[in-house]
Amino acid sequence: MDVYLDPALSSRRTAAGPARELAAFPAREQAFVLHWGAVIARDNAELAYQFTAFAPRGLRLMDLAGMESWLLYAMDLYDKKGQTPAIRAFQDVEGFAANMQERLAGIVLEDVAGVLERFVCGLNGRTLGIAVGQRCYTDTETIFLPPVVGRLPDKEANFRLYKAMAVHQWAQGWYGTWRGGALLDAFERNAPPPAALDLFHALETARLDACIERDFPGLHRDMCALREALDAEAQHADWRALVARLRAPGAGVLDTLELWASLLGRPAPPCCYRGELLPEAVRARMDIRAALDRDRFRIALARLVEDQDGRPPGEETPEAETLPETASRIAVRAKEDPDSPDGLSYDLFLDGKPVAPPEDALSTMESIIQDLGEIPPEYLVAAGPGLYKRALGVEGKDAESAWAGTYHEEGAFAYDEWDHSRQHHRKGWCILREHEVKPAGLTFYHATLRKYGGLIKSLRRTFEVLRGEDRILKRQPYGEDVDIDALVEAYADARVGLEMGERLFTRRQQDERNIAVMLMVDMSGSTKGWINEAEREALILLSEALDTLGDRFAIYGFSGWTRKRCEAFPIKRFAEPYDDLAKGRICGIEPRDYTRMGAPIRHLSRLLRAEDARIKLLITLSDGKPDDYDPQYRGEYGIEDTRQALFEARLDGIHPFCITIDEQGPEYLPHMYGAANYTLVADVARLPAKVSDIYRRLTS
Amino acid sequence: MQQHELRVLRPEEYFIDVEPYYEPVADEVTVFEAAYANGLPILLKGPTGCGKTRFMEYMAWRLKRPLITVSCHDDLTSSDLVGRFLVKGGETVWVDGPLARAVRAGGICYLDEVVEARKDTTVVIHPLADDRRVLPIEKLGELLEAPTEFCLAMSYNPGYQSVLKDLKQSTRQRFVALEFSYPAAALEQTIVERESGIDPALARQLVKFAHMTRNLKGQGLDEGASTRLLVHAAKLIHSGVAPVVACRSAIAQALTDDADMLSAVNELSASLF
Repeated sequence: MDVYLDPALSSRRTAAGPARELAAFPAREQAFVLHWGAVIARDNAELAYQFTAFAPRGLRLMDLAGMESWLLYAMDLYDKKGQTPAIRAFQDVEGFAANMQERLAGIVLEDVAGVLERFVCGLNGRTLGIAVGQRCYTDTETIFLPPVVGRLPDKEANFRLYKAMAVHQWAQGWYGTWRGGALLDAFERNAPPPAALDLFHALETARLDACIERDFPGLHRDMCALREALDAEAQHADWRALVARLRAPGAGVLDTLELWASLLGRPAPPCCYRGELLPEAVRARMDIRAALDRDRFRIALARLVEDQDGRPPGEETPEAETLPETASRIAVRAKEDPDSPDGLSYDLFLDGKPVAPPEDALSTMESIIQDLGEIPPEYLVAAGPGLYKRALGVEGKDAESAWAGTYHEEGAFAYDEWDHSRQHHRKGWCILREHEVKPAGLTFYHATLRKYGGLIKSLRRTFEVLRGEDRILKRQPYGEDVDIDALVEAYADARVGLEMGERLFTRRQQDERNIAVMLMVDMSGSTKGWINEAEREALILLSEALDTLGDRFAIYGFSGWTRKRCEAFPIKRFAEPYDDLAKGRICGIEPRDYTRMGAPIRHLSRLLRAEDARIKLLITLSDGKPDDYDPQYRGEYGIEDTRQALFEARLDGIHPFCITIDEQGPEYLPHMYGAANYTLVADVARLPAKVSDIYRRLTS
Repeated sequence: MQQHELRVLRPEEYFIDVEPYYEPVADEVTVFEAAYANGLPILLKGPTGCGKTRFMEYMAWRLKRPLITVSCHDDLTSSDLVGRFLVKGGETVWVDGPLARAVRAGGICYLDEVVEARKDTTVVIHPLADDRRVLPIEKLGELLEAPTEFCLAMSYNPGYQSVLKDLKQSTRQRFVALEFSYPAAALEQTIVERESGIDPALARQLVKFAHMTRNLKGQGLDEGASTRLLVHAAKLIHSGVAPVVACRSAIAQALTDDADMLSAVNELSASLF
């Protein structure tokens, strides 16, 4: 214990106390604490101390499985929020033990967010995001839900509660709680105190619930069951009578407002899925969206006008944001539509004729109607070239601008990482971004072609043989044409009294090489110098060969510097041709930082997974074992994480393979890639020649 | 159930005697008849299960011509369409393929999902699909001239095929194209009712459910639930299966294998019934 706690101990704080307490427990419990203490110490010695100090108390309250979930919970907090919340979690062992049941039956939002997001998207209306929030509310674009729900005894019921919360917030958008801004205006004139806001929300909930009851009987049943179980006093008869007029079809948010004004002062009955209303958040979001939607809609109108006229409108006024002369040509007309919440839908007319707007314009239109309840007349004007330009500027955000701060995680991909000592994934632990490689001149490319001229020719020849072509299969039982040789033979057989063969046809068979290969190139700092040069040469030779062969391939470089800065460098994507730009990028490959391999492997296997191919290969060109600046990743942790990432790739039907120049490779590569899935090219100079050869062997 | 005597038919004798149930969505019947009268080939575009094949059956019934359907697959060769030599008792015998038979009989040849066929296969229909209207039978050294009654039609789903399987311009520009999509909600409800016999309220909910899955197209689903799937589910419901179970087995499982998507789709159906 002293060993792993050493950095956290001082003259006033020794390991003696926890050790004495722990000695009272059986050996199995002792071993458990010592083992996990050492594991945690690898991350943070202070936390290990806290764990060890509170473990005896925990052991009195929970079994070992409970202990494990307690410490993993605390460590997750540490990963996400830092040391202080984790220490607090360790110290609150009693609280954790008391909530154990809840935690075991509870559901974590992360696990169900995907299902909920799709569910809400299927319901209708705009696509809403799902995110963790301290409070449960919506800003009309994102639904914020608590991180864990465990109020009910089993997981299924807790999921239903999540679903009800999400549906309630979705309903605010769809059934028009915020529509037209009437409610927001009322609140802004006269900011209601929290209790009054709560009462309004309760009334509005009654209205929304009635809408849901009419349109989604199944959902309504679930929601009633939840209220029955959780809200003891919810369905008072007099409350039901109060809200009766809100439950009538056709009741709107204005009716709720009116009723609210007459009931002010009453307490709001509880409701388990209601959450809160945050008018300020909604206002901010709606203002941004209104401007964006208006511009988008006007741009879509400009496109329609262009289609109609055969030329872009407003060429003579290049700076104009709108073209007022188009306003008289555009109109919308409402028509009845029982499937929309207002019973109305809108058709767009240009020059008196109905036009069908493209899909994206349609969803903009729907979004405007959802927010405003109509398409305001001032929207009905085509965008001028000035607006076009501005919109292009707004939407042209790229990874570079998100890059501005490392902790700004927009435009980046988050990947899990495997922590072998915890035997758990750290969720969303690594942040990976794609970066451009600046293409260099083609001097290096041409030099390589000259240097390996002979080799390239022979490579092309060998690869051409592999190319999928029609083969004629002879002596088939069924086929397009009669196989004359077989027929003559069979006829002769028949004449001498033997049985006549049945395989008398030829059939053409197409052998398609349906292969997609992803080349993952180590761009870590250690490749500097001739290794980098050999890598680039190898890539050029292999690309030439693959180009002949017609296999789909992509090349990505990777590098990393701690978990917040994993990087992938697209050199040639699957969809891009192997042209001068790709060649230039190969020439421009430069050594960067470290080799944090897990996240790039997960990223590239995700890209590879999207390819439709029978065989998917992930070939890594590397010069050493996984490594990072962050000392934790070094050694076993990195190897285990890489192994796990490759294992996940294999589950997706991807075959990983590694070509390394590290002579120590055989010590760890069999563990990571499997015994037969790597090759060591000890002589770097021979790498370029060998790589293509290895590829040919792999795929034929 | 009524006992049917199994009929064995030669393809060119496959006349449709009973009017198939078909609800016209727009002017497709008029356009088809006009194209047929002018000897123009027809291309039906649209997602799976929206009624393309049923439309062909209906038109074959209206025009009183035999319908010869060829389901195209990626191993379909030109001899599978045109014909081949077979060996019988030491002699080679020519056997017409379905396309040649349709031409000879003056029937309607319907190539279903034509992009699935190999590229060289689609080329043999070119001379048939322009004003020449002849089918060259290379191996016999013959040209088969199509009678006026003959009609070539094919279907094609622009939605999900990969770029590799796009229809060649030289092929598609020979055809009169009819676009199909899912019918409007009210019409789709009528279709589901008529095909399965369930009551209007349930049919309405089913159509609503289909729209929900269509909202998910592009968010993880390649296609939303087709009218055909709705009819399947409705038939199950009509036979006494609970609606949620019917939607799960006839629709959700048919749409996707993705676990998250499956549970989302199942939640959607559960919210309606």
